[in-house]
Amino acid sequence: MLTKRIIACLDVHAGRVVKGVQFVDIVDAGDPAELAARHAREGADEIVLLDITATHEGRATLLDTVRRAARELFVPFCVGGGIRSARDAEQVFDAGADKVSVNSAALAYPALITAIGSSFGAQAVVVAIDARRDPAAADPIRDAQVLVQGGRKVTGRRVVEWACEAEQRGAGEILLTSMDSDGTRAGFDCELTAAVSQAVSIPVIASGGAGTVAHFTDVFTRGKADAALAASIFHFGVTSSRVLKAELAQAGIPMRIPC
Amino acid sequence: MRVTVIDYKAGNLTSVLKALRHLGAEPTVTDSDLTLVERAERIVLPGVGHFQATERLDRTGLTAVIRAAIARGVPFLGICVGMQWLFSGSTEAPQQPGLAAFPESCTRFSESKEKIPHVGWNSLDVRPASRLLAGVEPGAFVYFTHSYKAPVTADTAAVTTYIEPFASAIERANIFGAQFHPEKSGETGLKILRNFLAVEPEAAC
Repeated sequence: MLTKRIIACLDVHAGRVVKGVQFVDIVDAGDPAELAARHAREGADEIVLLDITATHEGRATLLDTVRRAARELFVPFCVGGGIRSARDAEQVFDAGADKVSVNSAALAYPALITAIGSSFGAQAVVVAIDARRDPAAADPIRDAQVLVQGGRKVTGRRVVEWACEAEQRGAGEILLTSMDSDGTRAGFDCELTAAVSQAVSIPVIASGGAGTVAHFTDVFTRGKADAALAASIFHFGVTSSRVLKAELAQAGIPMRIPC
Repeated sequence: MRVTVIDYKAGNLTSVLKALRHLGAEPTVTDSDLTLVERAERIVLPGVGHFQATERLDRTGLTAVIRAAIARGVPFLGICVGMQWLFSGSTEAPQQPGLAAFPESCTRFSESKEKIPHVGWNSLDVRPASRLLAGVEPGAFVYFTHSYKAPVTADTAAVTTYIEPFASAIERANIFGAQFHPEKSGETGLKILRNFLAVEPEAAC
């Protein structure tokens, strides 16, 4: 049976994994290569590394970080942050990533999705969408807005519509982050995740709001997510993929239990 | 060991090379050097994306030298589209022939309420005599990402079910195929690659 995936996310700044509380109070959480290996050992189904600052000067550091993290990693490995061209993507693949995640650049230049997919396959292109409900709209889900620049700028695009376009242009997966839930540990946005998941045929990874095991059960059932991403709940030993997955399996969610 | 990895511009080879090196093999990549196939002790054909990409193998002459190497008994492993290429073709690119080491054809998953592509970790129901999958625990999980699949036949080494049962691994004499990505399937995947590197050469015909 196809299992639901638990994805461990490492937010990287200047070669270190960091965790911010609502974008301030950045705390050092460790070395990316060490943490990636630890998550894989503990049963994470996939590792995502996001360069959260993605400055031009940071490019070399990122590639070096990807290379080090990929060296002993034998589960799918996705890298995102600042990938603006097919050439950027190629460098990240050469460094050892299996997938790249594109966000603002794909919105500004949607043909980028097709360009990367035609060289590396659709399975290698993850389109990341930062979403916020529009409380003023008649239908806050259908009219949910796509944001860029870490949630600071509204694009005028609707989330479900953009997800469908990304699929048509050759995206292999959608990484949907709810800006309303992100960092709250109050649960994923299940309604929005379900709306996107039902609108596309490609897998949807839910992100933002993970705090308890029940939040994951919820997003896999009610939210119809194919995978769920979590960062902060893992880093400081709050829980591990192993514990989380065992509890989810017990709750009836199909899980790969590592030996 | 001289492992030749075939590059036909269908995706990224870094992960396959990394896994082979991790296991102590010395992989060499070629996209056109036929002598590297002629001298190979093992041949690996990875690949993601569209079946049509295998046309490059015919154009560069790789198909013919791979066919000859397989006939000499060189162990061959096709991964993902590389496994599908071992069949006579795929409905993904009906005009493009495969190697036809296996006479059947690959087809798209039937339309259902499930998503296509099949992406993620799914389990293997391993047939007991498989050498490629020797020592793999029953129900072990491996990582898949594909929309087309091979039928279950007498040459099937493992069956996986998504929408319908399909051949997740195939095996006959020195010819092996994995629909999943062993290089991305954790310890289980490494064990499978290790088995492939250890298998004794044996002529297919």
